[in-house]
Amino acid sequence: MTSSLTIAISKGRILDDTLPLLEKVGIVPEENPDKSRKLILGTNQPDINLIIVRATDVPTYVEYGGADVGIAGKDILLEHDSSELYEPLDLGIAKCRLMLAELVQYKTRNGRLRVATKYTRTTRKYFTEQGIQVEIIKLYGSMELAPVLGLADKIVDLVDTGNTLKANGLKATDTICEISSRLIVNKAAMKIKRDKIKQLISSLEKIV
Amino acid sequence: MSDSKSWILPEGIEEVLPPHAYQLELLSRKIIDQFDSWGYELVIPPLIEYLDSLLTGTGKDLDLKTFKITDQLTGRLMGVRADMTPQVARIDSSLIKRDIPVRLCYFGTTLHTRTRTLGGTRAPMQIGTELYGHGGVESDAEILSLMLMTLQISGIRNVYVDIGHMGIYRRLMNLLEVTTEQEAIIFSLLQKKAKTELDQALKSWKISPKLHDVTLSLMELYGDHTVLDEARKLFNKVDMTIINCIDELEQISDLTQKHVKDASLMYDLSDLGGYNYHNAMMFTAYTHGQGQGIAFGGRYDDIGKECGRFRPATGFSSDVKLLYELSVHEDTNKSVIFAPGSDVPGLNDAVNDLRKKGEKVIYQLSGQAGDAKTMGCDRELYLDGGRWKIRDLS
Repeated sequence: MTSSLTIAISKGRILDDTLPLLEKVGIVPEENPDKSRKLILGTNQPDINLIIVRATDVPTYVEYGGADVGIAGKDILLEHDSSELYEPLDLGIAKCRLMLAELVQYKTRNGRLRVATKYTRTTRKYFTEQGIQVEIIKLYGSMELAPVLGLADKIVDLVDTGNTLKANGLKATDTICEISSRLIVNKAAMKIKRDKIKQLISSLEKIV
Repeated sequence: MSDSKSWILPEGIEEVLPPHAYQLELLSRKIIDQFDSWGYELVIPPLIEYLDSLLTGTGKDLDLKTFKITDQLTGRLMGVRADMTPQVARIDSSLIKRDIPVRLCYFGTTLHTRTRTLGGTRAPMQIGTELYGHGGVESDAEILSLMLMTLQISGIRNVYVDIGHMGIYRRLMNLLEVTTEQEAIIFSLLQKKAKTELDQALKSWKISPKLHDVTLSLMELYGDHTVLDEARKLFNKVDMTIINCIDELEQISDLTQKHVKDASLMYDLSDLGGYNYHNAMMFTAYTHGQGQGIAFGGRYDDIGKECGRFRPATGFSSDVKLLYELSVHEDTNKSVIFAPGSDVPGLNDAVNDLRKKGEKVIYQLSGQAGDAKTMGCDRELYLDGGRWKIRDLS
């Protein structure tokens, strides 16, 4: 138990950006995670396993101790909002911005502001800090449609190149947070598997 | 929900069924006996009290965890205890009122508005000890030792204890001269070891480069005893109050290892989780398979002061239901003797004799369903030549 280490990671951009980092510190999965249907993957190091989970589930697995370590976007961590996790390292990968956007021809209207987002907690906090009362509409994707079809006045979403916004007639008006992926660690694992985790953090720290 | 499922309990609330309830009770008794052998007197604080007294000297965390109801007799707000420590502190400072060291222990169900961990309970059975009236390292070491012994009694192996010191953090915050709001941000970032965010925050507040580096380095100070030497190097030219706190940790650790030989003690100088009434040494115990700490404690000298009488205080507590779940326990189920209906001459005397000898005997009830075996009995009483004898049920 003491010697093995489980790393939770999600498929997609985070995985693509993380694998080269892990390789540099000598951790290589035995199978290609993109092609394999396995959810637990061994690595070239017998005591290190990767588990493949949904991005939003990474903090849950790590907090609960299902995984010792995980790699999660700051956007997900802001939404998860728990002090029961360590976030010791900014990996500087999967960078983007959490932004507020509206239609290019946005006109203010009477009544409470309606904001569509997947990031309800972060959005509520952002507007509360400014003393603005908003109605938040939770959506799971294609946020850009909401202002176009009159469902919401503004949206809060991740913006990388800004092309999707532009293609749908939207413009970003404020950056809520700069986003990148973090190495997160379970609190008990940090104590019990201290040497192994400290070593992983310090070797990753050297290359990011 | 249909009526047939109306017995389903609220989230995070659970009952303990046989045989576990009895074994849990046995474990609690063993732990209380251990406290008793160290001279800790048992107190039974009330389940509910007026909110202002219940939350005196405690922080916002505990306030949020406390269920509140209005007293129909007075219109005052009452709280169901979420933590018994402040109650016991109040008992010491306002009822016992002795100037000598007072050792108290307690055991009871508490109620939390939210679970502490994912899938955890909202009704932990808190068990713990508190030592009042002594501000030295010996009392901290005594409490830490009692926690380690409690975990040993529970049969929990591979326990890792992390020790920290709130005094280091508080002194550093004084040196940084930050506002209350900024301090809350620093506290939360230190608890997450969120280095990048802390770095950015300190830069944006224009903290001096020296204190900036010291605050960031505090986050890295976790590990075995070598951490204390690193900490001394780091704070040597910064502040002597902090050096005293580090010396205190070392002394507590040495004394504890004299009480509990194989204690595995580690340090984390920035991890200050738990309720925010602690003001000096504090500790958390971890074990394999548990993502979060399993027992917590430390020094909290300020609560008594708020109750009107300053009393140095140190203590620890844990959830006995969690300890039981984690424990390697023996099957203590005794065998059971089945006695025929009670209206038989001489039977009652025979049964009473057996019970006095520590045997478990159950009477057959007239017209009952099930025989001796289905009732879980392995032996039965029978009449042989006018005398009651026992035979195995094979």
